[in-house]
Amino acid sequence: MSAAIAIRVRVNGVRHERDVEARLLLSDFIRQDLALTGTHVGCEHGVCGACTVLFDGEPVRSCIMLAVQADGHDLQTVEALAGPAGELNPLQSAFRAEHGLQCGFCTPGFLMTLTAFLRDNPAPTDSEIRDALSANLCRCTGYHHIFEAAKRASRSTLP
Amino acid sequence: MPAAPPYLRARVPRNEDARLLTGRALFVDDVQLPGMLHVAFVRSEHAHGRITSIDASAARLRPGVHAVYTAADLGDYLKPGPILVSPPPIPNLVFHGCTQLPLAKDKVRHVGEPIAMIVADSRYVAEDAIRDVVVEIAPIDAVVDLEKGLAADAPLIHEHLTSNLAAHVIQRKGNYASAKAKADIIVKRRFHYDRGVSAAIENRAVVVDWNPKSEEMTIWDTTQAPIPIRNGLAAMLGLLESQVNVIAPFVGGGFGPKIMMFYPEELLLPWAAMRLNRPLKWTEDRQENFYATTQERGQVHDAEMALTKDGRILGVHDVFLFDTGAYDPYGLTIPINSQCTLIGPYDIPDYESEFTAVFTNKTIVTPVRGAGRQHGVFVSERLLDLAARELGIDRVEIRKRNLIGPDKFPVNHEIMFQDSAPLIYDSGDYLPTLEQAAEIIGYEQFIREEQPRLRAEGRHVGVGVACYVEGTGIGPYEGARVTIEPSGKVRCATGVGTQGQGHFTVFAQLVADVLGVNVVDVKVVTGDTREFHWGTGTFASRGAVVAGSACHAAASNVREKVLNLASVLLNVPPDRLELSGGRVFDTDDPQRGMSLGELSGKANPLRGAVRPGTEPGLESTAYFGPDRGSTASGVHAIIVEVDPETATVEIKRYLVVHDCGTIINPMLVEGQIHGGVAHGIGNAFYEKLVYDEQGQLLNASFMDYLLPTATDVPMIETAHRETPSPYNVVGLKGVGEAGCIPTGAVFAQAVEDALAGSGVEITEIPLSPNRLFELIEAARK
Repeated sequence: MSAAIAIRVRVNGVRHERDVEARLLLSDFIRQDLALTGTHVGCEHGVCGACTVLFDGEPVRSCIMLAVQADGHDLQTVEALAGPAGELNPLQSAFRAEHGLQCGFCTPGFLMTLTAFLRDNPAPTDSEIRDALSANLCRCTGYHHIFEAAKRASRSTLP
Repeated sequence: MPAAPPYLRARVPRNEDARLLTGRALFVDDVQLPGMLHVAFVRSEHAHGRITSIDASAARLRPGVHAVYTAADLGDYLKPGPILVSPPPIPNLVFHGCTQLPLAKDKVRHVGEPIAMIVADSRYVAEDAIRDVVVEIAPIDAVVDLEKGLAADAPLIHEHLTSNLAAHVIQRKGNYASAKAKADIIVKRRFHYDRGVSAAIENRAVVVDWNPKSEEMTIWDTTQAPIPIRNGLAAMLGLLESQVNVIAPFVGGGFGPKIMMFYPEELLLPWAAMRLNRPLKWTEDRQENFYATTQERGQVHDAEMALTKDGRILGVHDVFLFDTGAYDPYGLTIPINSQCTLIGPYDIPDYESEFTAVFTNKTIVTPVRGAGRQHGVFVSERLLDLAARELGIDRVEIRKRNLIGPDKFPVNHEIMFQDSAPLIYDSGDYLPTLEQAAEIIGYEQFIREEQPRLRAEGRHVGVGVACYVEGTGIGPYEGARVTIEPSGKVRCATGVGTQGQGHFTVFAQLVADVLGVNVVDVKVVTGDTREFHWGTGTFASRGAVVAGSACHAAASNVREKVLNLASVLLNVPPDRLELSGGRVFDTDDPQRGMSLGELSGKANPLRGAVRPGTEPGLESTAYFGPDRGSTASGVHAIIVEVDPETATVEIKRYLVVHDCGTIINPMLVEGQIHGGVAHGIGNAFYEKLVYDEQGQLLNASFMDYLLPTATDVPMIETAHRETPSPYNVVGLKGVGEAGCIPTGAVFAQAVEDALAGSGVEITEIPLSPNRLFELIEAARK
């Protein structure tokens, strides 16, 4: 076992200081050390996107990053999206309204991918939405309702 | 947008969504317990071989490792697993049931078969220790190809048998030979339909907490069948069923393989937890999932269809091989589904179907969404396309001429279905479904105008239309307990597990309508044996039909109790009472009534006796067990454009017109269909497991095994039709697999149509751009 390395990260606005093994995956750090189990792990090789979190605002796959790489950085996970009383944000509401989730396992990854996408491109075209969604895999929905949800959420961000 | 009653047929948003969208839903891998240890498995790297030695001594010495178990350590617990589904009573049926040991002892029979179990402080350390275990295996030639596997000189996978034949079944209706003698034409081909994975995004996981003080075990398991898992494990561990609780919390996609039981990991963790007195967790990784989670497909059909010159089917003869993998714990469900579903919505007077199941050195095969139905549909639909071409009859027209008429139900096909009941269609209305599909897709206009115009521009566009039936909602039974609590909220507990189907909502809709309460006030609990411990599981598109009918029945009993008690308390005859808005009231004087919560309190008084013949509370448990399944049906239509240079296929339109009886929630039904179609598109054009001659899977990752993404799956048009099933009160039929059943057939038909004149004939699934390119090139030569 390798020696522990001290890291400092801000996750969903909360500062954490932890000693971690150098090889600890960021996804395991988030899920196990911080008990933020909303971030899911589907493939552990960076393809399915279920583990997507925002790293200094940009979507990354936490299953192919190490916790030590997050030292000094700011992370956001799915737990950050809802309001203080658990009220769904417009993107989450759009997923519910359009039935954009079934088993819900891949959903946190889609939400984080779309959070960054719609922030950067609030009025996307249909094909831009499809391109953005193609970063993540879903086996339940066939993407149809996820697409509708993304579209609804993009409209809701317009004035 | 709050939904309003009645909730049946309403697009009610899901009760479970808030938890899933905020990261609060519990999945098995989220369970963390104090003192928990982590498990990893040493797995075979060979597809076939004899284990000559296992040396785990170095692994046992590694710091952080608590235990390493091999077959030799398991004692009496080392037994082959059960046969999960016994073969139906078919005359002259041959079935050799061969199931897996929890850890391989003398032989390994597929890559990924578990050989040793490591328990360590963390998953990291457990995986480190995998390479400490030295396993020596003397390789044996692998059986990969089905026909070679049956050859006299093939290596034997199960040495107590005389060949690799796992089963042989013939089912007949009428007399095909006489049909053939009368026929004007016979169309005959060989069809291949190869393997795929279910690819639930959540891999399997098991967490076990054995409490030696209370002598109770809690197991969190990504299973589709928590109750049979509990009962089976209790028996094997020597515990009472009541000492074991199995919880299938939110499960991240099932699609079939998560109903397989018992996986070795499911057997071993509880056993080890009782020895170590520590909670244990194992979570599969994606690569393990490709080897150790069951798979499906792999059939080769030699099929022929006898027809008259006006396109009437006289008979079908089909002989097929079925790849069951290294073991066959799931019996004959898949090939019998293929055999039965080949008939489809068509009137086939004479049918003879013979299959041979073959053991191979590949991962075990059990049902995956569709469960063999798509193989049968592929064969019959492709044969119809070929017959239409030979006879010069339009493809939709030849189907219309052969559909079973609405006056023929119930239709007895005189063969056995997978549930050991005769294959009987309860109801259906096939012709209008086909006509509606042809109309919506604009079939006539497409082939008369659009296709010729685009072809003249040098574009290769094609249309496909394919029919299917889906046997759904089979027994034996499910149950539910419905309780009105003093808060006025309603609790509904049922045994089936949930993997995304929306049970928390559809069961709530059924109950809310019966009791006149708001759908959000019905709290559904599924998949927790502490809450409900009678039932079988979620499979065969049966959850909504069977468990839904049980929820409806239990709620109806509670409604009776409400009416009887309110009648006494309000002094109003029961037939003048109504339940609405969470209240029961006098329809003549709506102010005169009380809330169901208040009534619930009065049904459970702190003073006073429970009168004979009554029970305290407003609660009922009810069961529903259909004699046989209800048959859903539908038609898929597709328009594609093929680029013959790159062999890429663009799906321009995809339409599903389907009939799943009474629809509880159209939005959720559409979701089921969309997902099924995407799965079917994956199987048709992207997903293929590539095994080499030694049984090594060459593409065991999502980098190499392509799942369709949002840019590959088109928007899917749907139209609903309702022919209610007479087999249950609400008229329900299942819909979970409808989307993926005719997808390969309709895709192949349309691609072939797009390439009409090129000589390309598609008799295999999955295709891929590469394989289609090869077919186009071969046809050019």
